[in-house]
Amino acid sequence: MSYVKPKFHHPALKKNKVGYVKADYEGVISTLCAGCGHDSISGAIIQACYEISLEPHKLAKLSGIGCSSKTPTYFLSNSHGFNSVHGRMPSITTGANMANKDLIYLGVSGDGDTASIGMGQFVHAVRRNLNMTYIVMNNGCYGLTKGQDSATADFGSISKSGSENPYQAIDLVGLALELNATFVGRSFSGDKEQLVPMIKAAMSHPGFAFLDVISPCVTFNNNKGSTKSYTHVRAHIEATSLFDFVPKEEEINVQYNEGTSTKVELFDGSEIHLSKLAPNWDPTDRRSAVNRLQDAKSTGNILTGLLYIDPESQDFHSKLDTSDIPLNQLKQEVLCPGNEKLENINSGFR
Amino acid sequence: MDPQHVVNDLVIRFANVNGTGSASANEMFAKSVFRMGIPVTPKNIFPSNIQGLPTWYEVRINGKGYLGRREGIDILVGVNPQSQSRDIESIRPGGYYVYDNSKKLHDQYIRDDINYIGIPMIKLAMEHYENPRLQQLFKNIIYVGAVATLIDVDLEVVKAVIAEQFEKKPKLVPPNYLALSLGVNYVKENYEFPLPIRVERVDKVGDSILIDGNTACGLGAIYAGATMMAWYPITPSTSIASAFEKYCKKLRIDPESGKKNYAFVQAEDELAAIGMVIGASWNGARAFTSTSGPGVSLMNEFIGLSYFAEIPVVLINVQRGGPSTGMPTRTQQGDILSSAYASHGDTKHPMLFPSTPAECFEMTVQCFDLADRLLTLVFLISDLDLGMNNHLSPPLKWDDNKRYDLGKILSAEDLENMSEPFGRYLDVDGDAIPYRTIPGTHPTKGSFFTRGTSHDEYAKYSELGEVYLRNVDRLAQKWETAKTLVPSPEFYQKENQSEYGLVFFGTTTYAAIEAMELMKEEGVVIDSMRVKSFPFHAEVVDFIEKHDQVIVVEQNRDAQFRTLLINELEVNPSRLISIVNYDGMPITAHAIKTQIVDKLSVAEA
Repeated sequence: MSYVKPKFHHPALKKNKVGYVKADYEGVISTLCAGCGHDSISGAIIQACYEISLEPHKLAKLSGIGCSSKTPTYFLSNSHGFNSVHGRMPSITTGANMANKDLIYLGVSGDGDTASIGMGQFVHAVRRNLNMTYIVMNNGCYGLTKGQDSATADFGSISKSGSENPYQAIDLVGLALELNATFVGRSFSGDKEQLVPMIKAAMSHPGFAFLDVISPCVTFNNNKGSTKSYTHVRAHIEATSLFDFVPKEEEINVQYNEGTSTKVELFDGSEIHLSKLAPNWDPTDRRSAVNRLQDAKSTGNILTGLLYIDPESQDFHSKLDTSDIPLNQLKQEVLCPGNEKLENINSGFR
Repeated sequence: MDPQHVVNDLVIRFANVNGTGSASANEMFAKSVFRMGIPVTPKNIFPSNIQGLPTWYEVRINGKGYLGRREGIDILVGVNPQSQSRDIESIRPGGYYVYDNSKKLHDQYIRDDINYIGIPMIKLAMEHYENPRLQQLFKNIIYVGAVATLIDVDLEVVKAVIAEQFEKKPKLVPPNYLALSLGVNYVKENYEFPLPIRVERVDKVGDSILIDGNTACGLGAIYAGATMMAWYPITPSTSIASAFEKYCKKLRIDPESGKKNYAFVQAEDELAAIGMVIGASWNGARAFTSTSGPGVSLMNEFIGLSYFAEIPVVLINVQRGGPSTGMPTRTQQGDILSSAYASHGDTKHPMLFPSTPAECFEMTVQCFDLADRLLTLVFLISDLDLGMNNHLSPPLKWDDNKRYDLGKILSAEDLENMSEPFGRYLDVDGDAIPYRTIPGTHPTKGSFFTRGTSHDEYAKYSELGEVYLRNVDRLAQKWETAKTLVPSPEFYQKENQSEYGLVFFGTTTYAAIEAMELMKEEGVVIDSMRVKSFPFHAEVVDFIEKHDQVIVVEQNRDAQFRTLLINELEVNPSRLISIVNYDGMPITAHAIKTQIVDKLSVAEA
């Protein structure tokens, strides 16, 4: 059952550049468990969209099946949404994106939805560099079916029932890097400071922007021994950088220390500012990202932050060389070649 | 043996090794006969393989215009030692075996009831061409020259076809002409020609074209305004994708920017292919996919989503021999039930059944209009025979006055002027078809959440039984609306004259029409109906009601179409007589006629 929030709000609330208040980016009330990491991520999405002054109807939100895939109803009620079938959000998003290159596509998935049933579609969306933001709300378990381990559960992690996971985890960030994803980041649902600018940057990236967000399951995977519990994640988090996203035409106020800060310019003139914490790491060098990731792993830490970005990213439409006008706006006059041309074609078959 | 003098009524079968360039030589032969104004029906009988296995190309030449396959091979051109034994067995008594006598034919292959015509094909090729690959290719043209001479094909026509074939590589024309003349001259110097069985120029093809159904489907999708195709390679549907891309490159490039007014996406599998189509269609583009039975099986979950979330999809199913991987390079009409009711839960999908390439074109366009109008998935049900073989077909036609029916889409202005709130699943007009909005249309109105879960009229999730019932009952009501929109059947008589009715669809048509003619010659008249669509049109119901016994002809083992009729129309099964053919080869008039005679005599006994 969906509970609708009241639409009216205080007239003094601050409007963003396109005239919306933050509440305009909200959805219906969440039905997830109290304290669920996913709700924090929904909050970060709302915050990010409000701050970059996105018109809600210019975004399409899509998901697969699972707790995470329910969240698109909890944000951006004025956006069209699509809760598709398990593991198949990437193909729906691919088609939607082909039809209209001008919308922003936000895909929300979970670790079961992406690392198991949807692995095939995930890797191929990466391969095509589909222009979308792909958020995995990663809690290492299947919440909706009562807590079975997922493929991202760490080796040796203890489940709520006390059993130890005997399988190696699929590290989606490592996989995305290996597949040449053009924007790869990891964050934690409890770290809004980092997550909000990262979502903003991801939405500005012209290509496949992958965000693996560790999002503890309070009901089935927040116990002692679990490597995806709030306590464990907080104790083992290691950030690549302090992170800020500066949209195009916005004045840069923060001062960064020379030598430790890096600036990455995005195609639309926006900038990402990184105050580097991790040594021997360059956000535009895939190899250094892979190495840093392995280093953190070997110490049992969870590396978060922006790991890699390709500022030269060319998205799927560029590869296909499709028209600048979105395909769904082309009219019959443009699309239908007419009978005269068909007569010529017929002649070729005589 | 007494020579039978037969003009414009023969079957020639070429027995080749696949991957040796024989297909293009054989096609040139068939085209030459077509250019002489004689109806031809070529069938490519090929293995699921790239090189080295037996492949056959059968050409039926029939002055009366019968386009179905016919049993009984009059002339077999054997250039494959692997299949030689069975090839020789397959020739009808009194027929001809044209073979390569560069080596002497073994005694075991000598039948005394057929004629042997040896042509030293490879020997001639080796004498005139140095490169072994070219020897192989020109060997094919040598036998074309020999056969053309034997049955009196106009050699000037053959030469014109060769010249066109190599239009872009004119250097290849003279060596091809040489090869042709080698075959021609050998026959002229060594045999009496033409044979008693031969062809003669007539004017029986009119403005027809010789084209395969898949090319026509690809063109149909372009004319229908499809801007996205997502697909996964699978025989026998792949050539739809190839045709769509090929003609898009010619017809869909923006003249100013040089960019593409289409997206052509080879998906990672069939699941992704249909997912992409659903996504594109949801976002307001016309999109489609094509596949065959195994692909449809994989798409089942998404097909249910399309049905339940009411998203238009065009799915072309080019059927092949099933089940499982089955006979991937043979034909069948075996996916009737699995298409009609694809996916779990209560689902039904409209299907259109083309029987010619011209209909492949026209019905592909109709599928898009129906899908958009009905907000549902629509199948075009083709098959390998129709899709991959060339057929003599009426030319493809487009009416420049035709407008696409994009269905009920609300614009920003419509949303602005609405007095009632928008409900994506609300039946406003009483036809059970709701209105839809395309993402990005309006800043504050018309957004909704698409889902495969149970939803109310406003697309809100609901687990209430009454809400679920309202929705699925409306879908059932929408099915009734569909019955009024799908194409009506074709009848072959002005008024009913028999208590027997013959029912067929798709590629069974050619053979069924011929069987009716054959029976008519023997004084047996049966009424007949070609079904063009599912759900069954009111006229289909009427025809079945008006006949005591209805003979249903189809190309699968289990008489699936008959089952569909029984299930949908609650016909007493005893009234429906089944005639089937499911060996992977296109059904023949002979098979239909003999089965009808058998069944009717049993019925009357």
